Amino acid sequence: MNMESISPIRPDNNFESTVYHLKTGGNGTILEINNLRLWYGAAQALNNVQMTVEKGLVTALIGPSGCGKSTLLRCINRMNDLVDGLKIEGEIRLHSEDIYNRGADVIALRKRMGMVFQKPNPFPMSIYENVIYPLKVDGVNDKAFLAETCERALKASALWNEVKDRLDQSALGMSGGQQQRLCIARAIAADPEVLLMDEPCSALDPIATAKIEDLINELAGQYTVVIVTHNMQQAARVSDNTAFMYLGRLIEYGDTEVIFQTPKSGKTQDYVTGRFG
Amino acid sequence: MMSAMTETVAAPADTVPMSQSAGRRTDLRSRGEPALWSLGGALAIGVVMILGFLVLVFSNGVATFIPKPLTVVTAIDGTVTAGEPFRSELYKPTPEEIATLTPDWQERIKAENGYASRTLYRMGNFDIYGEDFRWVPDFAVAKFEQPKNLLFFERMEWGAFVGTVKSFKIDGVDQAFAGLGDPKFTKVHADSRERAEAIRNIERGDIGAINHALDVERLALRKIELSAGRNSAEFKAAQDRLNSVSGDLQKRYDALTAEVQKLRAANAGNTLTLAEIGGREKTIEFSYLVRAYAANDMNLAQTLGVYFSRWWEFLSAEPREANTEGGVFPAIFGTAAMTLLMVIVVAPFGVLTALYLREYAKQGRLVSFVRISVNNLAGVPSIVYGVFGLGFFAYMLGGSIDSLFYPERLPNPTFGTGGLLWAALTLALLTVPVVIVATEEALAAVPRSTREGSLACGASKWQTIRYIVLPRAMPGVMTGVILAMARGAGEVAPLMLVGVVKLAPQLPVDGIFPFVHLERSFMHLGFHIFDVGFQSRNAEAGKPMVFVTTVLLIALVTLVNATAIIVRSRLKKRFAGSQF
Repeated sequence: MNMESISPIRPDNNFESTVYHLKTGGNGTILEINNLRLWYGAAQALNNVQMTVEKGLVTALIGPSGCGKSTLLRCINRMNDLVDGLKIEGEIRLHSEDIYNRGADVIALRKRMGMVFQKPNPFPMSIYENVIYPLKVDGVNDKAFLAETCERALKASALWNEVKDRLDQSALGMSGGQQQRLCIARAIAADPEVLLMDEPCSALDPIATAKIEDLINELAGQYTVVIVTHNMQQAARVSDNTAFMYLGRLIEYGDTEVIFQTPKSGKTQDYVTGRFG
Repeated sequence: MMSAMTETVAAPADTVPMSQSAGRRTDLRSRGEPALWSLGGALAIGVVMILGFLVLVFSNGVATFIPKPLTVVTAIDGTVTAGEPFRSELYKPTPEEIATLTPDWQERIKAENGYASRTLYRMGNFDIYGEDFRWVPDFAVAKFEQPKNLLFFERMEWGAFVGTVKSFKIDGVDQAFAGLGDPKFTKVHADSRERAEAIRNIERGDIGAINHALDVERLALRKIELSAGRNSAEFKAAQDRLNSVSGDLQKRYDALTAEVQKLRAANAGNTLTLAEIGGREKTIEFSYLVRAYAANDMNLAQTLGVYFSRWWEFLSAEPREANTEGGVFPAIFGTAAMTLLMVIVVAPFGVLTALYLREYAKQGRLVSFVRISVNNLAGVPSIVYGVFGLGFFAYMLGGSIDSLFYPERLPNPTFGTGGLLWAALTLALLTVPVVIVATEEALAAVPRSTREGSLACGASKWQTIRYIVLPRAMPGVMTGVILAMARGAGEVAPLMLVGVVKLAPQLPVDGIFPFVHLERSFMHLGFHIFDVGFQSRNAEAGKPMVFVTTVLLIALVTLVNATAIIVRSRLKKRFAGSQF
């Protein structure tokens, strides 16, 4: 996201090809990322990333700062389109349809995905208006349906009991953890197929973090979750599959337990044991 | 603020014993003390200048309407001057003047390095004396008096009169004068004023409406003449209609004139004969008397009564005596209408421009160039805008409108000359950079994370701007609009070219269809100040009005700004309480 934080990819001649040991058991493949390369101006941030995401499972992206994990996540709902001087090659397929295809409807694509950001970013409106925002921009006006959706989304994000009596109050008056759960409620209000989470707990205290993690576990199965995290314990706790990225490449991708206990790649081993990162 | 913090952080160093603080103390420069002093100093100078200006304007403006005592000064040579002491100053008498004085006074002037003090008296009675003011040097004074029976009269014509009531007549019958509080006196005064008001209403309103109706018919005839020619049947029909209508109107006009004559005749019987201090008399109708008071014989309630009735007249009445007396209501109205119209134009225009520049335009060299140009617009002398407004809006646009829609009125311009609309557009052009810059800043300050949140919800760019960015930027936009309003309300130079006049015969809003007349010229407080202060016959008489009008203009701008600031802080509250 931030131009300064991205170090140019150094030519890495010793690069071994990605190690895969994917845990299946979801409902087939929902996302397919094929040979994705990405440049911010002259600096290459992603290099031949090749992976699939299992439907209904939680997939974590880990790696040191600047490895391209957030960039990869933001490619999935084309948030990177906003960046000037960005160049993308390769393809990302959602249900086998290329989202970077010419003529692909970006707005419709984003409606099929929910996204939760690093910092809670509630809108300066009431709690209720925040949750139904995706429906409102979609043109839904049915009051009963909106109210029902709001309740369902808030219940799903474990916030209903805390805010049900003050839905008309400003969302900005909530605590940080509540705000982040509100953002999750907003992300799932329109019933997306994929939920993208970009370090959703990095700005929260441990108790709020624990709540969010519980929430992710509950959402798994219902939604396909792709989560970027700095926190390896968190990845181990919440995810089914983990992708380890380093310098814009996907080093190892597969079953979370394998990654954290018996990683196949030396670099992954070094990272998860804390030798660098 | 930062310096203050540095200071508090550094302060504990003083309490640490020297032995422990190993090494030298934090030096003055790194503690930021000089910076703090210069920052505070700059603020103090600014505050003192602004306060000084406000105190000057307000003390003069607020005191103007206080009734002042009347002094009768008898000079050594026997001349008598009666009037309000206006101001005093030191001046240098000529040697010839000094030579005529007593040795005692000569000594005193010598001790003052040749300076003597003199006082300016506002005498009034311009119709008798041919002068309003007279300087009386202190050394020429034999005695001062403040006689209780000396009265101060404000008249519709010829300015103030200082003197006494000799006699007065009701319906031509002489009455005995028993003081200003005499019910007979106050009643005849009130009745006469009421009749004068009725005459004015008939002349302005009813006869104005008749003239307007006649005008409409005449213009319709002229229009047909232009389109169908003089020999057509339509022209004949219209001519007949004009004749019949003007016959009716003439009858109505005659009836109204008769009524006016009747009222005039009734007023002519109620007269007041005044005598100035030297005994010369002047007879006026009661309808020409605005108010009278015994300047040297009033209690506090009466003083306050005169004071507030003068303020009320100032705020609600029309000007008289070449704007140096009476009220400024048309100017208040004109200023408010023009500023409002300007805001209606400038706010959407500036916001849309800024939205495109900041949100949609590709940030490149062209946009930078546009941005620099917009900023530079703010530095163009305002009179240049006036010239542009006159040339482009009034002559070009207005001229085209006239030839398209009002050909029958030519060669008299309708929109083809300065007017309310063109003035508002000119000022909108003048203030649009302020709104654009402020709006751009406000848009840029909307956090990227909030925008991304909206886009990630599947909102389009326009929806994001509409629902998220604009509401969030609204307080900043308001700041721009407030600045633009303040600038626009106080601007005078360009207005002189595009529609402001010294005395507008009609308000831009009245009861004649279409009720709002954007093509009319109007009065403006800022121009009023210039006109009264620098263009009037008697600069001395206009000076107090300059201060009062300035007070009023400042008060109006403050009121408008305060309202806008309250609205803005309400808007801001919606975004308060954020965790980050």
